[in-house]
Amino acid sequence: MIPLYWWLVVAAALFCIGLYGVLSRKNAIGVLMGIELMLNAVNVNLVAFWRYVTPQTLTGQVFAIFVITVAAAEAAVGLAIIIAAYRRRDTVIVDELDIMRW
Amino acid sequence: MTLNQLLTLLLPEIVLTVAAFVVLGLDLIWRGDEVRGRWLPWVAFLGVLLTLVATIAVWPMAGVGGRPLALTVGQGFGGDAIPMMALDGLALFFKLFTVLVLLIVTLSAGEYVQTHTPFRGEFYALMLLAGLSIMLASAATNLVMIYLAIEFLSITSYVLTGYLRDDPRSTEAAIKYFIYGAGASAVMLYGFSLLYGATGTTDLAAIATALTAGSTTVRWLVFPATIMALAGLGFKIALVPFHQWSPDAYEGAPTPVTAFLSVGPKAAGFAVLMRLLLTALPGFQVDWVGVLAGVAIITMSLGNLVALRQTNVKRLLAYSSIAQAGYMLIGLAALAPLSESWTTGLNGLLLYLFAYLFTNLGAFAIVIAVENRTGSAQISDFAGLIRRAPFLAVAMFIFLLSLIGIPPTGGFLGKLFVFGAAIQQRMILLAVVGIINSVVSVYYYYAIIREMFFGQAGDAESIPVTPSLKLVVGVNAVMVLAIALYAEPFIRLATESVQMLAAKF
Repeated sequence: MIPLYWWLVVAAALFCIGLYGVLSRKNAIGVLMGIELMLNAVNVNLVAFWRYVTPQTLTGQVFAIFVITVAAAEAAVGLAIIIAAYRRRDTVIVDELDIMRW
Repeated sequence: MTLNQLLTLLLPEIVLTVAAFVVLGLDLIWRGDEVRGRWLPWVAFLGVLLTLVATIAVWPMAGVGGRPLALTVGQGFGGDAIPMMALDGLALFFKLFTVLVLLIVTLSAGEYVQTHTPFRGEFYALMLLAGLSIMLASAATNLVMIYLAIEFLSITSYVLTGYLRDDPRSTEAAIKYFIYGAGASAVMLYGFSLLYGATGTTDLAAIATALTAGSTTVRWLVFPATIMALAGLGFKIALVPFHQWSPDAYEGAPTPVTAFLSVGPKAAGFAVLMRLLLTALPGFQVDWVGVLAGVAIITMSLGNLVALRQTNVKRLLAYSSIAQAGYMLIGLAALAPLSESWTTGLNGLLLYLFAYLFTNLGAFAIVIAVENRTGSAQISDFAGLIRRAPFLAVAMFIFLLSLIGIPPTGGFLGKLFVFGAAIQQRMILLAVVGIINSVVSVYYYYAIIREMFFGQAGDAESIPVTPSLKLVVGVNAVMVLAIALYAEPFIRLATESVQMLAAKF
């Protein structure tokens, strides 16, 4: 069987790519995609830990399903907010949303 | 525990949920815009009042050690259900805390919401649901429940922040809040997944057992997991490396929402942080105490230094609340065994939060009153407030004294307890930095006081204050003074609430 740490390395890589996206993308939609990647990394982690550490209980799987659900809700609210800003300001570039600073 | 018992113990949460949906439903079916707008806040207020009654009713049922909330499922279903929440001192304290926040915010929001948005029912419903999420977060004893409750709080806060759809500031604030918040909660969740992997369980108490029983090799996994969880919770509390969202979100959000954000999520963050660190990770205290102390120092200092150059009162109060969170964190960093002394750090933290609740919400109620009249919240709008609205000016003076920490106010008592805990734990540096910061903060709080009492008002007309706002300001001012002058019951409330957590140390 594939050892556990392979899965963890994949998840960690996915998480880092997502985090890099969140920190570097200027487009709000791009940031949102980065966040989704981070959450997927968490799901890989949870399911891998479930399979290798506690296959007798369902905790990890249930947690992953909750994460997927909440991620969908969060994306819905996030997109709604981005659309509201776009209607008002004609931009989704985070750097251009700069009425308030310091 | 049977279903009936479970539902009885969950009564405050149930009442609040029902109240939120009643508000939402009434908003749909109630004809007559004028009447509805006037009475909806009172329906919400009544709902919260019933929640208060329910909270008081379940108070004695918690017992000394608290009770886990889980159904007895019985044989054939794999034994009992896993408890996700507990009804204990800490949970009850934060239920009471949340109810007070909601009572004050719904009362002070009335006129502001009436004039700023046509969508009023959703506003109050969302506000009550945000309160519900704080109750759930503070009672959660399982990583899954903690994540769900924190995320529930985040999502409702994002929507409330961006509530004024046509105001570019409000939508901008919501976007910034959302991006930082979603990122922070994803980081926290990754930490939770590592914690689950290291211990094989998501129950906080079971995590502690697994960590003491297990080998020390998991330490390298638990430390980063703790830091990541701290990132997510630190974001809610607005601790310094994770604070960038808060000034923008505070300035852009509708002012009643700002008032809520400055108190509610902070309380939820502290509640979860206390439970997570003290129930699940007591064996790693040496690791996290240093981190918390460092974070407390930079949070206090940066919050105060940046506040010095603010001209907008909402933004100034945002930085001030960052600094206040830094003082509160001292209480958690300097926690001490309960039996040894009058302050365990933790009771100082809760006492500080309690005083801060009345102080900050009172200050924001005054900002709302001034903003209703002048349309903005610059420091210059407060010029000559003593002549335009003497009552507000005097009350604001009391709130600012409490924020500085000058007796006889609740803020002083809170600071006394947390700094006392730091000195007792030989964390002299922490106490000294805290005291220096309190002195620095006098400068910018005094800027408002000077403007209120000695500034020349461009507009000499008196500021009309609605009766409900007057009530809020008056009650808050009295409470701020009462916490200091009649301190004993408040100290007892704070001490009893943390007894169970603190007893282990």
